[in-house]
Amino acid sequence: MAARERFDHEIGAIQSELLRLSNLSINALETSFNAFINKDLEKGREIIEQDAVINRLEEEINDRVILVMTRQQPVAKDLRRLVVLLKAAADMERVGDYAVNIAKETIRIGNERFITSVELLEDMCYKTTEMLREVVQAFVDENTSKAKEIAEYDDQIDEMYGNIISHLMRLSAVAPESIAQITYLSFICRYIERCADLATNIAEYLFYLKKGQRYDLNQ
Amino acid sequence: MVELMNKTNNKETVKIIKTPTQLVGETTQAVEKNSVFNTKNFNLWYGDHHALKDINLDIKENDVTAIIGPSGCGKSTYIKALNRMVELVPIVKTNGEINYRGRNILEASYEVEELRTRVGMVFQKPNPFPKSIYDNIAYGPRIHGIKNKKILDEIVEKSLRGAAIWDEVKDRLHQNAYGLSGGQQQRICIARCLAIEPDVILMDEPTSALDPISTLKVEELVQELKDNYSIIIVTHNMQQAARISDKTAFFLNGEVVEFDQTDKIFSTPKDQRTEDYISGRFG
Repeated sequence: MAARERFDHEIGAIQSELLRLSNLSINALETSFNAFINKDLEKGREIIEQDAVINRLEEEINDRVILVMTRQQPVAKDLRRLVVLLKAAADMERVGDYAVNIAKETIRIGNERFITSVELLEDMCYKTTEMLREVVQAFVDENTSKAKEIAEYDDQIDEMYGNIISHLMRLSAVAPESIAQITYLSFICRYIERCADLATNIAEYLFYLKKGQRYDLNQ
Repeated sequence: MVELMNKTNNKETVKIIKTPTQLVGETTQAVEKNSVFNTKNFNLWYGDHHALKDINLDIKENDVTAIIGPSGCGKSTYIKALNRMVELVPIVKTNGEINYRGRNILEASYEVEELRTRVGMVFQKPNPFPKSIYDNIAYGPRIHGIKNKKILDEIVEKSLRGAAIWDEVKDRLHQNAYGLSGGQQQRICIARCLAIEPDVILMDEPTSALDPISTLKVEELVQELKDNYSIIIVTHNMQQAARISDKTAFFLNGEVVEFDQTDKIFSTPKDQRTEDYISGRFG
């Protein structure tokens, strides 16, 4: 295999690893949230344990990227591609961490009855996981218009976040005895909002890869 | 997804944040350097073969300018045109202008000897004379009429120090230069070039015959020399061009495809052919 082919082949392999990491992390987020809704504490503990797999996969991607950089000394778009793969892997690994954080809050809430409807939160999480799935696909397909479109949904997630937090704050005034659960719910809401920000990051990496300039899609 | 979010699509322009390259570009542009070699519409033929086509390049003083491109693209021909060495090939024809410090060196009245005193050259293969280290360095100054031993000693020491080889050879100045390693011989050639106090140093693949440690020494030397000299270096090693040059010109099939800040060429080149070449897609 010629050097250039070997390079392209290795990039393809790293991209597949990133897709695998993304799927694991997004599934973990979804499963963790379902465990929260269903108060499935056992599932929550599983999510915490399985995070090691996600962490290891990110480390593998890092090692492979560093090896390609060392051996091939890429420049221009080739170099940017490796840098954004590294950054996207770090962000997707972070999604896995947020899944773990949600699982920990779930365990803290335990079998306590929810003091408020979590429907809005459910909607927010569903939309965020969709955003993540689609942005990773757009990243791999190098589809910037799709990536920009997805990043724009972050505004809606931010709005939902604001509404939920306001609601929880009002609730804390009338139900001070439930302050612990209100805090846990606020944290979960925050974790999901952060995941949507990470989806925006992935979209920005794609713009950087294609254009060689940094773009702020999160205005 | 669009239906899912049920949102009017926000078509605002995406905000672009300036890249470090742009910022660097802006600051360096603020101080405009003088031209050393300003080439305008320069063409060169070897017989019927049109080897350099309409070259326009403005090379600035105290810059390290790298010239890259695949074999046969004309890069060595171009730097040999800058001290008119290329004319030693009898079938060469040229037209256009190469202005050195504002004067066209292609004019018949131009003193070639004077030009070659101002524009030194270091070649791919170290080519010391079969003489002592001292005589290699003193050769040029002696030709220029310097006979005073004390002055010659000073020039030899200064040149060898300038080429970062004084400490390695100071105790054996009267031994034959052929006894030195390839890397040391190349630095002797650079010292020989410095001895005539040139303005510009042309380097034609100066490290391609050297091991990595000697290469590194020559590269460090280039960085030190640029404070006092303008350096134009032809290199096949793109990492070397990226490491040591301020500006890079990419030649292809006798044409300049792109000439820009090295940061720009190796991060976001404008021309797809440049990107393909530096990424190893051809050449």
